[in-house]
Amino acid sequence: MATALKINGTPHQIDLPDDVPLLWVLRDEVGLTGTKFGCGVAACGACTVHIDGEAVRSCQVALSDVWGEVTTIEGVGTPEALATIQQSWADHQVAQCGYCQSGQIMQAAALLAENPAPTDAEIDEAMQGNLCRCGTYPRIRAAIHDAASKLKEA
Amino acid sequence: MASVGKIIRRTFLIGSAAIVGGVAFGAYYVTRPAPNPLKPKEGEAALNPFVLIDQNGITLFAPRAEMGQGVKTTWAALIAEELDVDLDQITVLHGPAAAAYYNSAMMGEGLPNKGYDISDFQHNLGEALGILGKALSLQVTGGSTSMKDGFERMRQAGASARETLKRAAADRLGIDPSDLKTASGHVITPNGDKIAYTDLAVEAAGLEPVEVPLRDPSEWRYLGRIQPRLDMVGKVTGTAEFGIDVRLPGMRFAAVRMNPKLGGAMNSFDDSAAKSMPGVETVVDLGTGVAVIANNTWLANQAVEAVEIDWGDAPYPPETDGIFLKIVEAFDGAPNSTMRDDGDVSVTPDGATEITAEYQVPYLAHATMEPMNATALYNGDALELWCGNQAPTLIRFRAANTANLDTEAVQIHTTYLGGGFGRRGELDFGEIATKVAMAMPGTPVQTTWSREEDMRHDYFRPGAIARMRGAVQDGKAVLIDGKVAAQSCMQQAVERYTGFPGGGPDKVLVEGFFNQPYAVPNYRMSGHVADLAVPVGFWRSVGNSHNGFFHETFMDELAHAAGRDPLDFRLELMRTEHAPSAGCLEAVREMSNWTGKTPDGVGRGVAFTYSFGTPVAQVIEVVDEDGAIRIHKVWIACDMGLALDPENVKAQMFGGMMYGLSAACFGAITFADGEVEQFNFPDYDALRMHTAPQVEVRVLETNRHMGGAGEPGTPPSMPALGNALFDLTGNRARSLPLVNQFNLLV
Repeated sequence: MATALKINGTPHQIDLPDDVPLLWVLRDEVGLTGTKFGCGVAACGACTVHIDGEAVRSCQVALSDVWGEVTTIEGVGTPEALATIQQSWADHQVAQCGYCQSGQIMQAAALLAENPAPTDAEIDEAMQGNLCRCGTYPRIRAAIHDAASKLKEA
Repeated sequence: MASVGKIIRRTFLIGSAAIVGGVAFGAYYVTRPAPNPLKPKEGEAALNPFVLIDQNGITLFAPRAEMGQGVKTTWAALIAEELDVDLDQITVLHGPAAAAYYNSAMMGEGLPNKGYDISDFQHNLGEALGILGKALSLQVTGGSTSMKDGFERMRQAGASARETLKRAAADRLGIDPSDLKTASGHVITPNGDKIAYTDLAVEAAGLEPVEVPLRDPSEWRYLGRIQPRLDMVGKVTGTAEFGIDVRLPGMRFAAVRMNPKLGGAMNSFDDSAAKSMPGVETVVDLGTGVAVIANNTWLANQAVEAVEIDWGDAPYPPETDGIFLKIVEAFDGAPNSTMRDDGDVSVTPDGATEITAEYQVPYLAHATMEPMNATALYNGDALELWCGNQAPTLIRFRAANTANLDTEAVQIHTTYLGGGFGRRGELDFGEIATKVAMAMPGTPVQTTWSREEDMRHDYFRPGAIARMRGAVQDGKAVLIDGKVAAQSCMQQAVERYTGFPGGGPDKVLVEGFFNQPYAVPNYRMSGHVADLAVPVGFWRSVGNSHNGFFHETFMDELAHAAGRDPLDFRLELMRTEHAPSAGCLEAVREMSNWTGKTPDGVGRGVAFTYSFGTPVAQVIEVVDEDGAIRIHKVWIACDMGLALDPENVKAQMFGGMMYGLSAACFGAITFADGEVEQFNFPDYDALRMHTAPQVEVRVLETNRHMGGAGEPGTPPSMPALGNALFDLTGNRARSLPLVNQFNLLV
């Protein structure tokens, strides 16, 4: 039996077993490859998406357990129309290999939605589940502060 | 010298070729150009384009792996600087696996000199040796060589294309080319009219490429300045395509399990349970492992985990202790190399104080964020392979052998790399994906490794031991006698890539050990090769990654024994030996306000490594926060000579440093029953947002020869941290990872 999902505002009917994690529904079935596979055990944050605005590790949410509308990095902004947070990431030249950055941005976007002016300690707390093997953390931190100030002005 | 010059010129012959509606400029691999170089006949040379212009626009080729180091942007800037095009008006592609994209700087690194003492003659010889890179078709991204390699050739390609386009415009207008200017992809006539390059492409294709001198650096608009990275927008919108993101019509997804007793056989397997699991299409016997092809990666992985497999034993001691005993044994034999032997180390000078120390570091995994994967489409007489890789010509050769095809029948598509660090220079992921796809001809199959499979089937940074003896007198080091023992990743890799056994003195094993710019009168450094079959390979900065720790921790111990400030102690030995190196130490002293003294609860350490032609000094400050130690701040100074994009160099420097600190704090691959004991990030963690230090980087440009950027930030980070911890706690770190000895913030 197909499962109904709403992803980035678009309804989808998914014909996969109930226990398939949302990550693999997005990547292999829907074709939204911006959400990345890194560990499969919620230890790296590369697969972070929003469900009803909350940042979750999509590798740990079974298809049948998805409780609300899903937003992925593709739903945040596009190359032609970057969201504020993506523009801050680009302005600060954050990405190196870039593989973890979809997850970093989704995590940071959820943080900023909840806390429009996070301190360094609050950034540490919110972002420590997101691993970056290139070590781009100083620029991620700068981009979050930058996005916070731009969103405040807006 | 003339003959050397001649050889160098012959290795890159700029040519051009007509294409449909346009022109291509590029380099030839051999010296006999073909009438149609884009479709050469037998015995004729193919032209591999670096610049392609047609009605659709201007395309530049940057045939180096973009694994985060920004090579795509800086490589394109080298061409654009001479071609006079705007970086936002062009397309940059990686291009196919091709011989003419060989890496000329890589082989130059093989010269038996220390690097920092290189003469101009040797420097030219190094370039000439680049021919070997060409002969082996070594299209490799590694060794921090991309900018050294591309610096001359790419500007030459751009200049030649520009002048040929001008000649085409001059012919059309019946005027002299010297009356024409170029800007933003246009030729500009004396009266200010603009003719687009795209409009001149067909006419330019009929002309001999024009050779001109390169522009003086004072005229540069892109090089030496900060460029927005061309891959940035794709990477912040999830639209940049990594290997794992390749999607093709009708594609299937596979998961794989290879013998966790690395190099052991597969005795038998039972796939009866796996075959009937949801989504499964077929189970593939890979000989040394199994794969499951399904309609979803996760379902394939569930099924491959359900295969019952009887694995054969590994060809090395099954426990970590037994492996390190073999490394210890290597000290008993004759050294594989003694690349530094100054003065006489057999006698400790009268009145000098002698100290000895032994250090040990573990095996390490690369742990790229994107697990190993590749996508293959096999149809019986041809193969296409999509993957992020650091060596497309080698992977093409391996895939062709695997599929029993000519290399010409194999096409490699190189995507972005979700981290490389040396891991994606290996060929295993491409070979396995090829075998899997051969089980389903006509259907593209993506084979993705689980994180556990990736972590436990690496070509690891070898575990290593160093035995150091030294002496100080009157506040100075007067003797250093060092021995390092480890497996040779070079010898093992040569055999793996070519099938021939590797041998001879291994410079990589002792890099960062024998070639450090200290004027110590009695100075001998030897390498001993451990005979072990644990798979080992090139891990960001390779031999420097262990030797930096050994050498610089011992320098700190010597300074302490001499009663000297560790920064002054180094600086004094370095000033007369290599000024750019001394400049880096002086820079971090100034940046960090180094006084040699720290308040209670704060510790500072300094370290220095010269690697890949670039000296790097780092000062690290650690702080005791209620018993847990935080790495608070790092100051880095490097001198790579010309920095083509200083902001990108800074990113590479602190990124390399973070990679080293992650290993220094937490990294260890250990073995039990022949199997790696670490499975996933919880067992092999890295620095995270809350444990990463603040950083400040200064890029100096006094070095006479161009150095690398991607790796030199890594080696000094580990000893700098160990030395800072000694300053804070009085406990000397002689083995890694540090979390085993110190209460680090986690």
